[in-house]
Amino acid sequence: MKHYRKLIIPYVIFLFLLTVLPMLLIVLYAITQEAGSVKTFEFTISNFIQFFDPVFVKVLIKSFGLGLLTTLICLLIGYPVAYAIAKCKESTQTILILLITIPTWINLLMRTYAWVSILSKNGLINAALLSMGFSRLDLLYTDGAVVLGMIYNFIPFMILPIHTSLTNMDQSLIEASYDLGANPIQTFFKITFKLSLSGVLTGITMVFLPAISEFVIPKMLGGGQYSLIGNFIENQFITVGNWHFGSAVSMILAIIVIIFMALIYHYEKITNNEIDDEKGEGVMRFVKVKKN
Amino acid sequence: MKKIFELDNLSKEFDGQVVLKGIHLDVYENEFMTLLGPSGCGKTTTLRIMAGFEEPSEGKVLFDGIDIAGVPPYKREVNTVFQKYALFPNMNVYDNIAFGLKIKKTAAPVIKEKVTRMLELVNLAGYEERNIRQLSGGQQQRVAIARALVNEPKVLLLDEPLGALDLKLRKTMQIELKSIQKEVGITFVYVTHDQEEALTMSDTIVVMNDGIIQQIGSPTDIYNEPENRFVAQFIGESNIIEGTFVKDFLVAFDNVEFECVDKGFEDGQDVDIVLRPEDIKILPSGEGRISGVVTSIIFKGVHYEIIVKTDIREYKIHTTAYYEPGLEVDLDLTPDDIHVMEPMGTY
Repeated sequence: MKHYRKLIIPYVIFLFLLTVLPMLLIVLYAITQEAGSVKTFEFTISNFIQFFDPVFVKVLIKSFGLGLLTTLICLLIGYPVAYAIAKCKESTQTILILLITIPTWINLLMRTYAWVSILSKNGLINAALLSMGFSRLDLLYTDGAVVLGMIYNFIPFMILPIHTSLTNMDQSLIEASYDLGANPIQTFFKITFKLSLSGVLTGITMVFLPAISEFVIPKMLGGGQYSLIGNFIENQFITVGNWHFGSAVSMILAIIVIIFMALIYHYEKITNNEIDDEKGEGVMRFVKVKKN
Repeated sequence: MKKIFELDNLSKEFDGQVVLKGIHLDVYENEFMTLLGPSGCGKTTTLRIMAGFEEPSEGKVLFDGIDIAGVPPYKREVNTVFQKYALFPNMNVYDNIAFGLKIKKTAAPVIKEKVTRMLELVNLAGYEERNIRQLSGGQQQRVAIARALVNEPKVLLLDEPLGALDLKLRKTMQIELKSIQKEVGITFVYVTHDQEEALTMSDTIVVMNDGIIQQIGSPTDIYNEPENRFVAQFIGESNIIEGTFVKDFLVAFDNVEFECVDKGFEDGQDVDIVLRPEDIKILPSGEGRISGVVTSIIFKGVHYEIIVKTDIREYKIHTTAYYEPGLEVDLDLTPDDIHVMEPMGTY
């Protein structure tokens, strides 16, 4: 066994060079500012203070709002879809899951360009509307277009974990619930949904996290300069060239994301080891953690 | 006694595969009935039809005299103990047991009282707050039984509930289950492939094979008077011998005529004769009606298993006495030891 441990060394080097080092650099950039020559740094927290300007905070809040909206709609569409697929024959399930996965094989840029041509002024939808005698609609470069693009791109990541948790569920639990007098609706809410919660939480994580930091989709479908926090960071690095401020904003976003993840995992632990099933108990503990 | 369940000419097909072929079965109030048979014999399917999880392809299911075809499981007055318990992992012991009562909107104090009483019945008092994952197999089993019984069903259906437990625990649970059944006075329909379990607990045993009921009877009837070769071989060990039914109370095999307690077969008809290994008596040479030689003796714990070879066949005999291989002995039987049944293939 001991010999094999040496085999992880290349991996550790890769991990350090490609993940740890860049992150350390971001931290370094975030807490410094240039002073005179390029090689001399000054430590400062001004980059962070600079961000708490109402204009910038508004961008952050908007990102979270659109991220939450995307996640909510993905959940509302994704759960029934996953449930319906899980009820199918096994061979049908394989095909349906494949159909949901196939779009993710195509580059995200391509898929998003397709939406540009569908939503644009002379695109598919407007052409159809005009031919039916309606007037043109401004679809592209709206928040709606951004949310639509994100839902389209991220919904497989909501459906797949929920589907997995539903198919892994012991079928005899459903039968036991019927046997004890619960009708199908009661069984769904008291048993099926609760036991699929881990899949739901994974789905929420996998949609919400990329959604709040997404910058390609808002750029192409939203059009605006500072539409979302992802674009804001990108601009700081590429257009403005203020790596220090960009790094600080990245760190703020990362910290918020880490807090969010911690909450999700904590909540997941509670639902898995739920000792008391009284209504709202899980949520109460969730709120308590939030206060800390 | 009152009939609770009547299964009338029940058949079931799954994708063209016939698993039940015309089952007729009456279950009476307060009895402990066991469906016994090898895997794939249709015993579990029969139970699932009673519970409402499967609909019969043909035939009727009457419950309290009323046809319950199409009545979903959640509207039936029966409860099931599942093979792998199927306890809800997201609830503790108390909530698992209280599930059925909560669904029926029973008042909270009543639920508490009933659950507490059930936990006492299954020897789990004080386990209310336990997570079901912290329980041993035997404890989970008790929770599953309590969860079903707390609803006071008219019939409790049990699908191989002791299958996952080790031998010793299984024996303890067999006795406990039987005493619980006596205490609550509910009809139990119990599915198992373990013949010993069936003999220990049941009032009535239903032996099934290939989707057909082979025999229905009390444990003693099934053991002592098996109706055919399958039942004789499935329940306990036996010597099965082809012989002739000379006339009422007289059969012939191995060139000897024996008195027996059976009647009602045709005179001169071919029959199968079951001799239980523990019923055959070994006597000193010259004192019995069949002569042979001891060819092997194996120690089995409580008894020895001895093979005695005669001119015609080998007999398997269980005895507590030791016989040297090579010893010449005689065998003999009393009328009670001889069980006559229809020959193979005619049932």
